[in-house]
Amino acid sequence: MESTGVPAGASAAPIAFHGVTKRYPGRESTPAIKDLSLEVPAGEICVLIGPSGSGKTTAMKMVNRLIDITDGDISIGGQSVRRMDLTELRRGIGYVFQQIGLFPHMSVQDNIGTVPRLLGWDKARIRDRVAELLELVGLEPSDAKRYPGQFSGGQRQRIGVARAMAADPPLMLMDEPFGAIDPITRERLQADFLRLHREVRKTIIFVTHDIDEAIKMGDRVAILREGELVQYDTPDQILANPANDFIADFVGADRGLKRLRLRRLADIELDPAASNGDADSVPTVEDSMSLRDALSMMVTLRSTALNVVGGSGEPRGRVTLETLTQFMDTGESGPAAQERVGEPEPEPAPAEPEPRP
Amino acid sequence: MSVAGIGALPALVAQGGPVVPQFEQGSDCVRENKGFCWDWFTQNFDRVFSDRIIQHIELTAIAVSIGFVLAFAAALITYRYPRIGTPVTIFFAFLYTIPSLAFFQLMVPVTGLTWTSAEIALVSYTLLILYRNTLTGLQEVPGDALEAAQAMGLTRRQTMMRVELPLALPAIIAGIRIAVVTIISLATVAAFIGVGGLGQPIFNAIQDGFKTQFVAAGVLAVVLALVADALLVIVQRLLTPWARAKVG
Repeated sequence: MESTGVPAGASAAPIAFHGVTKRYPGRESTPAIKDLSLEVPAGEICVLIGPSGSGKTTAMKMVNRLIDITDGDISIGGQSVRRMDLTELRRGIGYVFQQIGLFPHMSVQDNIGTVPRLLGWDKARIRDRVAELLELVGLEPSDAKRYPGQFSGGQRQRIGVARAMAADPPLMLMDEPFGAIDPITRERLQADFLRLHREVRKTIIFVTHDIDEAIKMGDRVAILREGELVQYDTPDQILANPANDFIADFVGADRGLKRLRLRRLADIELDPAASNGDADSVPTVEDSMSLRDALSMMVTLRSTALNVVGGSGEPRGRVTLETLTQFMDTGESGPAAQERVGEPEPEPAPAEPEPRP
Repeated sequence: MSVAGIGALPALVAQGGPVVPQFEQGSDCVRENKGFCWDWFTQNFDRVFSDRIIQHIELTAIAVSIGFVLAFAAALITYRYPRIGTPVTIFFAFLYTIPSLAFFQLMVPVTGLTWTSAEIALVSYTLLILYRNTLTGLQEVPGDALEAAQAMGLTRRQTMMRVELPLALPAIIAGIRIAVVTIISLATVAAFIGVGGLGQPIFNAIQDGFKTQFVAAGVLAVVLALVADALLVIVQRLLTPWARAKVG
């Protein structure tokens, strides 16, 4: 029986890059990753993003040593990946990538059960785990006996996610997992994955080149450029206070609008007094609507205010165009500023990445 | 298969003129030496053909088995060290191009008029087919499956046993099918050095001019090839159930 190479019973482990450098032979003068230090608290999703050649995938693949580290170290739950046995390290880390890489000759059950089998689980335990995971990722129990070739791209990626989570790894690496999937299915997979992540708190390193996906998925976003970390912060802070012109350019001229999408009407302070008044002429919306959709509504209906009601129709107050524009460009954060839409959990203040002591 | 026998062999073998001992005792069909006499075939099957069929199967099975072991090993080594691919392919292709009759004759001074001579030649003909199919099968394993295996912590050996070989299996079995059919055909020529098999009744029939025996032995060799191929198709289907699983 082999251990998973990570602390037993840990459902999530913090991960830290300590001055990590990657140099490829023959190109020593231009490292692919240059002195990268950052920490991801246990259970958070850290998105690595940057233009092509920024080193985001290289950085991710050094965690499970698909790419060797030249200098520095990465630790998972305090343990150095360089000192761990390679196969044990990899069996303890879930891995999802764009091409999915399901084994076409194995049933879904055998695909998902790959790592548990390597770890010596008995058949009944694997079967139960597969059933549990299929339900978790939104597939049918009867799908266990079918082969990957019988599923659509979106379904295959769900199986890929289930397989990565099979042995309950405390850390998952996801390399543009939804990159090859059509936009509508991708949105659903993203939403489903966020819901799943709230249930099963894993530490996740998520690589993407899509800034919208980064903002949507990340608790923190690390923006890389030519192998260097340019900014590492919450999506809200990056949109509100881009560190330099490169970041501002990278997140896009519409970053104000993007910030609006991070909050729902329920997350901001509304004007309670105004909710009666001239109610007839003001449209009414539910408080689950994002600020961005609220703005869109105002523009479409040529109204400068909306009445907001709760899920069962009880009045909550009024939001005005002025309030929304404040959220767009001031960097001013309301009490719930650090929260992501649909994810009302408090987040600690963004920690500066610390160099190794 | 028997085409080569008809064209090349009478000049070599049938020097004493036709000797047809059974012609007088046989039926009208046999006495007149018609194209094919069913009654003679059924009455003489056990005496003339059944042992020859067994010998033929043995010749083929041994040749393909030994050839498979050698070709499989060569393919595995080439898969790890691709640089040896070209020389190995050239060598196996060279063996493959030696005319079969010449190959059997060449082996006689070395290993005599024996099964060993026949098998060395037959094995040589399987190598190129089995090597190329096995290697192609391994090389065409999807890269994403290999990346997944590596990232999930499968060792090299586990990756080979659980991912690469199973995925190469359809190509490997396809190679075995071609090799078996080829060797069943070529093994008839091995009778030239007196090792039996279905080539023997063909050679005898060429010598004495008895058409029924000639046709029967040739057709039996064809039927043997078809049956072997069909059995291998069944084996392939049993071993690769995923290949037939369709969307829906």
